[in-house]
Amino acid sequence: MNADYAVWLRGIEKQFPGVIACAGADLRVRPGTIHALLGENGAGKTTMVNVLAGVYRPDGGEVWVDGQRRFFQSPADAIAAGVGMVYQEFRLVPTLTVAENIVLGSAPRLLRSAEIEQRVAELSAAYGMAADPNRPVWQLSMGERQRVEILKALWRNASVLVMDEPTAVLTPGEAAELGVALRAMAEEGRSVIYISHKLDQVVAFCDEATVLRHGKTVATIDDLEDVDLTSLAEMMVGAAGGGYGQRPPALEPGPEVLSLRGVSALNDRGLPALSDIDMTVCSSEIVGIVGVSGNGQKELAEVVNGLRRPTQGRVMVKGQDVTDAPPGDRYRLGLAYVPEDRLGVGLAPKMSVVDNAVVRSYRSQRRGLMLVMDKCIKFCQDLVERFGVRAGRLHDPVAGLSGGNLQRLLLGRELAERPAVLVAAQPTRGLDVQGVAAIHGHLVAQRNDGVGIVLISEDLDELLALSDRLLVMYEGRVVVEYTPDVTPRTVIGEAMAGQVRA
Amino acid sequence: MSEEALIGLFVATVQFGTLVFLAALGELIAERAGVLNLGVEGMMAMGAVSGFMVGLETGSPWAAFFAAAAVGALVGGLHALVSVVLGADQVVSGLALTIGGLGLAAYVGRNVVGERPETLFTDLGIAGLADIPWIGEIFFDQPPVVYLTVLLGIAGWFVLARTRLGLAIRAAGESAPTTDTAGHSVMALRSGAVMVGGACAGAAGSFLSLYMAPGWVEGMVAGRGWIAVALVIFGAWRPGRLALGALLFGFTLALQPRLQSFDIELLGVEVNRISPALLGILPFVLTVVVLVIISWRYRHRPSPAPAALGLPYRREER
Repeated sequence: MNADYAVWLRGIEKQFPGVIACAGADLRVRPGTIHALLGENGAGKTTMVNVLAGVYRPDGGEVWVDGQRRFFQSPADAIAAGVGMVYQEFRLVPTLTVAENIVLGSAPRLLRSAEIEQRVAELSAAYGMAADPNRPVWQLSMGERQRVEILKALWRNASVLVMDEPTAVLTPGEAAELGVALRAMAEEGRSVIYISHKLDQVVAFCDEATVLRHGKTVATIDDLEDVDLTSLAEMMVGAAGGGYGQRPPALEPGPEVLSLRGVSALNDRGLPALSDIDMTVCSSEIVGIVGVSGNGQKELAEVVNGLRRPTQGRVMVKGQDVTDAPPGDRYRLGLAYVPEDRLGVGLAPKMSVVDNAVVRSYRSQRRGLMLVMDKCIKFCQDLVERFGVRAGRLHDPVAGLSGGNLQRLLLGRELAERPAVLVAAQPTRGLDVQGVAAIHGHLVAQRNDGVGIVLISEDLDELLALSDRLLVMYEGRVVVEYTPDVTPRTVIGEAMAGQVRA
Repeated sequence: MSEEALIGLFVATVQFGTLVFLAALGELIAERAGVLNLGVEGMMAMGAVSGFMVGLETGSPWAAFFAAAAVGALVGGLHALVSVVLGADQVVSGLALTIGGLGLAAYVGRNVVGERPETLFTDLGIAGLADIPWIGEIFFDQPPVVYLTVLLGIAGWFVLARTRLGLAIRAAGESAPTTDTAGHSVMALRSGAVMVGGACAGAAGSFLSLYMAPGWVEGMVAGRGWIAVALVIFGAWRPGRLALGALLFGFTLALQPRLQSFDIELLGVEVNRISPALLGILPFVLTVVVLVIISWRYRHRPSPAPAALGLPYRREER
């Protein structure tokens, strides 16, 4: 029966320092089909396909391709077995030409550019994917670069094509063209594994699907025509209650502490990420932001904190316009931020616990122009005790701390100077149960103390357990607001998939 | 100034040009693969001393030349081990190689200072061409290393531009993950390129000790390794421009010791009153000027510098 599958990843386990990416996940793909691989960020999708592509070696589990068990030592092995991978971050050399990029790794010993360009042109014509072979890649649009990536896989005659978030960089027209090209490949008997968050496209392009959650396979769908968007969204975010504690009773919201008026912004690729966002957060409330990842949540957090410039609109903290203010000024005005990337944006990995603890509030640890070490250490010790950070030695680099302790330290630092607003992005992602409970406890305590909190999360259970109000983001807009207690999960799930029921 | 002195100046230009070109060609290959090696000076010193000693033992300049290349490759291999395989900082490792190489060369050669080998490279008068006035003496009556270096330069260009290996090397210098996922071993490509670079530097060092300044004294490389590093930038990482730059830098190197004997006037300045030290910094000044021009001309497109230059690569990092 193994021969029935073009790809069979069986019980894949993979661990990274501090993170379990895959915990026994399965993926079965039949030949000649387009197979959607679904799941939230961090569910293990990218890790799974990197195992298939020979980039990661799994800690456990089996890899079968075309009915044969494989032990890939490197990407070269996977390529030889017929696996073609199109990474989310394109693997192209900008200074080389289209043809050079396509043949890299499987070029003839001597390069005759005219001959290679001719063959590349024939290949691109055969699949209706226009690409000028002798142009350098840096001059191409994102859609064209993706075509080059696909042609690269076809040049090696890949029998399995893996596409990680292929439409994230495409215009709607390019996305439709991609669908046609992928279908043509499937009809030749190739298999396509298609990772995406855009459920409507998944339903339109794909035949079958696998849903991952927390590194495990939670659903296998043999025929996508049998399911609707809502139930897919539910499978991704989890339908059952998450086992979080009872939601604390709501308080009377205080004065407005953060507001956005008509804010629009672009993402890193220059495409619209936020359009015309209006929202208000009052003191003593938790506003949950829910949405399938990639619908503008990250950009929203960055715009609020001054890390991304809005193209339109105003941002106000405690009634003051901070649209043009740098992050430091916003912090001093009372805006705290727990970023999604805690060990890159939030904390400096090689700096000590003390140094990381005082980088925000160093101004109060000074005498004249000099930092006073005793004050810094005292400040850090207070913080470590109050937030229960198990930190070992305070002068060791923070990179050695576990995820939960990093997050306690980061949260503690942001809350140390009693902010009015806290923006917390994915504050519990990847933490163990204890860590999650501790962070939740702190968030609720802060709310009760009068802090207004924006909680961005992809864990619907968490949002339902903590939020006083719930805003649903879809394609860069706040499409609807719900009250958690009285709104059925299915209604929220549909709104996340872009189908708002009034 | 006599005609003889002028011809001598150009003959020396070609020889100094060869010296820095050979070393810079090796550095260019390493840098195109993404590895900065600031150890050229040290590798040249090791090549100079080991070439000279093998020359003393065997009496064969060719045995000495290839032994120097082998020693250079080995020393380069050390840089590859530290910076490519183990992923240490390339600048630190390269500087250590220069300092350590100079010191080790002085130690190894302490007993041969002042000796002269019996056989050295001799000029190769190419039949028919060597007799042409001026041109013949300058281009066709040079030691064989000069012609070998020209061939190596052409071969280097051909491999980089026209072969699968060259494509892989260039890709490794631009984006290691891309090269890796395309199925090439970044580690092998980079280590190989650094070792070839070391071989070139070592061989260049022996050209110095076996022909240009026969013998061994500490400090005889005298900064030419650094000029080779600068030349790679001056040549915008391209073999053709590297050759032009080598002739220009070679000219300044050849002019330096001769400057005071020239009694001509340039723009109202008597040339023999210009300090040779001032001339010595000219290659570096020109390199900075070229860097400025490059960053201006390439402001809207990718720079000619390999994008991954100096960045170590490990596959499973995330």
